[in-house]
Amino acid sequence: MLLIRGCVTGKRMSGLILQVEGLSTHLGSESEPVQAVDCVSFEVRRGETFALLGESGCGKSMTALTLMRLLPSSGRVVGGAVLFEGQDLLKLSEADMRRVRGGGISMIFQEPMTSLNPVLTVGQQITESLTAHRGLRGGRARSEAMELLQAVGIPDPYQRIYEYPHQLSGGMKQRVMIAIALANEPELLIADEPTTALDVTIQAQVLELMRSLQRDRGMSIMFITHDLGVVAEMADRVAVMYAGQLVEQASRNEFFTEPKHPYSQKLFDSLPDKDKRDRQLYVIEGFVPSLQTEFRGCRFAPRCHRAFDRCRGEEPPRTTVNGRQVFCHLYGGDSLAAEAGPVSTPGRPHGGRIPLASKAALLRIRNMKVHFPIHSGVFRRVAGYVKAVDGINLEIPQGHTLALVGESGCGKTTAGKGILQLIPPTGGSVIFAGQELTTLSHAELRSHRDDMQIIFQDPYSSMNPRMLVGDIISEGLRAQGRAAAPAQLQARIEQLLDQVGLAADSVARYPHEFSGGQRQRISIARALAVDPHLIVCDEPTSALDVSVQAQILNLLKQLQDDLGISFLFITHDISVVAYLAHEVAVMYLGRIVEQGSVEDVLDRPRHPYTQALLSAVPTMDVDSGRDVIRLVGDMPSPSNPPSGCYFHPRCPAAMAICRDRYPALTRLGNGHETRCHLYRADPGA
Amino acid sequence: MLVLFWTDLLIFVLLAAAIAFSVYAYRREHLRAPWRRVGRSRVAMGALVILSAYVAVGLLDSIHYRQELETRTAGGQSQYSNEVLSLFDWMVMPLKTRGEKTYSAPFATHLYAKETVERADGSQQRLYPRLVFGGAQLRDPAERGADIAQRATIGALKGSALWLLVATFVVQAAAWRSGTGFRLLAAEIRGDLTMTRWRAALLTFLVLLVIVFVAAELSSGYHILGTDKVGESVFYQTLKSIRTGLVIGTLTTLVMLPFAILLGIMAGYFGGWVDDVIQYIYTTLNSIPGVLLIAAAVLMLQVYLDNRSAEFASVAERADLRLLFLCLILGVTSWTGLCRYLRGESLKLREIDYVQAATALGVGHFTIIVRHLLPNVMHIVLITVVLDFSGLVLAEAVLSYVQIGVDPTMNSWGNMINSARLEMAREPIVWWSLFAAFLFMFTLVLAANLFSDAVRDAFDPRLRNR
Repeated sequence: MLLIRGCVTGKRMSGLILQVEGLSTHLGSESEPVQAVDCVSFEVRRGETFALLGESGCGKSMTALTLMRLLPSSGRVVGGAVLFEGQDLLKLSEADMRRVRGGGISMIFQEPMTSLNPVLTVGQQITESLTAHRGLRGGRARSEAMELLQAVGIPDPYQRIYEYPHQLSGGMKQRVMIAIALANEPELLIADEPTTALDVTIQAQVLELMRSLQRDRGMSIMFITHDLGVVAEMADRVAVMYAGQLVEQASRNEFFTEPKHPYSQKLFDSLPDKDKRDRQLYVIEGFVPSLQTEFRGCRFAPRCHRAFDRCRGEEPPRTTVNGRQVFCHLYGGDSLAAEAGPVSTPGRPHGGRIPLASKAALLRIRNMKVHFPIHSGVFRRVAGYVKAVDGINLEIPQGHTLALVGESGCGKTTAGKGILQLIPPTGGSVIFAGQELTTLSHAELRSHRDDMQIIFQDPYSSMNPRMLVGDIISEGLRAQGRAAAPAQLQARIEQLLDQVGLAADSVARYPHEFSGGQRQRISIARALAVDPHLIVCDEPTSALDVSVQAQILNLLKQLQDDLGISFLFITHDISVVAYLAHEVAVMYLGRIVEQGSVEDVLDRPRHPYTQALLSAVPTMDVDSGRDVIRLVGDMPSPSNPPSGCYFHPRCPAAMAICRDRYPALTRLGNGHETRCHLYRADPGA
Repeated sequence: MLVLFWTDLLIFVLLAAAIAFSVYAYRREHLRAPWRRVGRSRVAMGALVILSAYVAVGLLDSIHYRQELETRTAGGQSQYSNEVLSLFDWMVMPLKTRGEKTYSAPFATHLYAKETVERADGSQQRLYPRLVFGGAQLRDPAERGADIAQRATIGALKGSALWLLVATFVVQAAAWRSGTGFRLLAAEIRGDLTMTRWRAALLTFLVLLVIVFVAAELSSGYHILGTDKVGESVFYQTLKSIRTGLVIGTLTTLVMLPFAILLGIMAGYFGGWVDDVIQYIYTTLNSIPGVLLIAAAVLMLQVYLDNRSAEFASVAERADLRLLFLCLILGVTSWTGLCRYLRGESLKLREIDYVQAATALGVGHFTIIVRHLLPNVMHIVLITVVLDFSGLVLAEAVLSYVQIGVDPTMNSWGNMINSARLEMAREPIVWWSLFAAFLFMFTLVLAANLFSDAVRDAFDPRLRNR
């Protein structure tokens, strides 16, 4: 379908830095194009932050690349105009466009690790842009580069400009990227998921930096993200993309107080949080359609709870209601809403909860350590240890969910693998149902493997791409010698597929035929096959979109209710913890700093790190008035932890004693424990 | 009486394995998909046709037999000739038997060396005598041009006719299988609209058939690539060399694969001391110059064979054993590269989630290696094998040139090049041996390289979305 509908109004407005009119971009072959961007119109005003919100694959990054004319070789613009300060960028020569890139418009990318050239120093990379656009050279370029580094909050710029990217942490690299983008004082900064790869505390730093730079320089920011919380923190206006189209545009306040489009409404409903604990999350059924299909009618209609006949046959009009644009038949003027489905279907409450009284620990971990030796020299002598997990104590009762929370690199995944004996722990004990696991031999361990299972983060690498789904699910049954007669095995596989909500004919298909969420369901079925009592969930939803995440979280909760399985839920996402967990343990640099029931830890955090972590999570309450506790610097290396309390170099409340001694355990009652010198060890401890 | 050489046996084992694998791959989508991408490359389809022609010659040349003699033993039992022939020999028998006295240039009617000839009147004269077979049908050598043109035309017509027949049959079969009409499919192929590039394949096939028939037609009257020192057709020699080249290229792989796969995966998967031992082995082996190792092995084998020459039924059998050992020793020296790749890939796969999940499910080491690691490194094995093939064919030529290659009695491009050393120094020079070897080897290696490029691209996940 190469026909471009009449979506270009030709209206030119003033006071805008960027005006995008009916922009359409196709990828791939002419005959079956991927309609990555379809008829997108929006504008960015001077000095404002405009957020483009959408799930993965909705075309938001492709929109940004089209603006910059950096499309991949298979991509082409098939219609529309991009007016930057009144100039149509799509009509510029490549030479003129190069002046705009980096000069008028700058862009920062998601992955700071790969956006910097590893063989050039930071200074060289900043001056490269200064030389290209402003002709600055030598000492002048260098002093300008130092000023830029200072502006993005990098301490010690005189030294840093001679350093290479690998010497900087992730947050620092993203700051350097921002410095490069700012080098020529652009009018517009396009930020494509700039904080997605960063931890929340670092994310808070970078977001704060971007806000202050915008205040000082008065530039406009186009902020591309999938995170509603970040949008609430950053944006002045919001546009929501779905399947290549803009479905809603509104100011932040309007959007967060009253989202109009059913898709936006559903996005809010499917976010997990504390208040939804007792109910299932709302889910958007199905998944985002392939952009290669020929669409008829509204693209969201197949998943929309309010869709009616007209939505399926006719593309909705671009309606402007009170200055807000909504791309939906519900607001089509001639009130057809009567035909539509109910405004919202309440989430079903969860079934019979396992009484939490059964406190007998199913899994008991005592002082578990996982140290990786560092070899050096010709004879590969052990020069030191990376103390990934450095003595943790955990207990998980039957039917409970314990969330292990922490930032990347704190050792939470290693802890999970250590518990499963996938990485043999260096010390301590792991006792499952009275059985010590660390002393078992490989063969003995194999017969205990059906007690505990694991679900991985990446739904793409967690299944052998060359095995059929049926074989993947039955692998555990065969390995445990439980594979009965073929007919029974078949029945068991079908039952498992049914349990995780997949069709029975999935058995004879390959993993690549499934979407990310469906693959995660297959992973869950594989784990369930051997009837485990405990499943270690290693960030099972962090690679998924919000709407799919809700489906998986519902499924996990359902399984816990039905089967009484315990979960060790490893995550960095506080909202998921609030929704799912019974107990929380907060990990920092290989050790647990605070632990207790979810209410105690999340509502009354005691350890300064927990407090900072929680405050850094972006929230959607527009005027929550929360104060972000800004942490200085990054997490130290686990091979060389600081003396005393590991957190003291970043702690806002550090005292003299923190430098000398690691704090003892403080019991705060009701199982709430922390390790901090602020709370004196109780005499009973 | 059929004669089975060791290399024949292994070639047919390899052929059976290849057929079994294609049947297996045909049923599995993830294995079929990359091959389908190979089919989308025009170059690859053309190269595949050329390679198939070489393989066909090589296979025909691998069915050996000994001719039954007219005479019988006293007990009335059949007697067999000492000479071992192949099915291919039988097909091109005239090429083999119609020898000249010594060198003659391609398409020549006269010998390349002057001879003293006694005339009818008793006087003697030194001149270039007419050949016994080459151009013997011509009354006047001046008619040669017209005769060649006529034969070439007939050959081209025959080739085109056969092509038309085969192409019709192929398209008909394809149309019947896919359920489309014959005319529609033919039109699609003409317009090059099919996913698999049938047009490229069929056109290459047309060129090939025309060349084959023209060559056959011309060969009945001339030595199209001349004759060598003892008057044997160079065309015949170079055709016979095809089998040698293919055997070296494929059987070496067969020897190399078990080492490379087993040791490479074990080193990567188990790590620790297993990894150390395997790494030391291949680092050590890699530090010995390959040629040195091959020379030592071949020379030792030569002594062994010479001492036991009575135990072999024929010279060909002895030469075959030497060929087999050459493959073995080449295999032993060339597995290290693939082993290193596989170790690296297994190191990566060992940590991947699905292997961890299998461990968590209590799956044993052996099952993990066979079920999870091996299928996921197979693409590397395949790419290496296809890429190595042309290198090995060239290696044979080099080794035979320095006389540590195949037996001197065996036809091979290396031996042809080796003998060309003296021919090039001769005045006037004899260039056609070298040219023939070069032409056939070049075509094979070029086709193999083009094909392997397409295979590598098809199996490379990074290029998949182009």
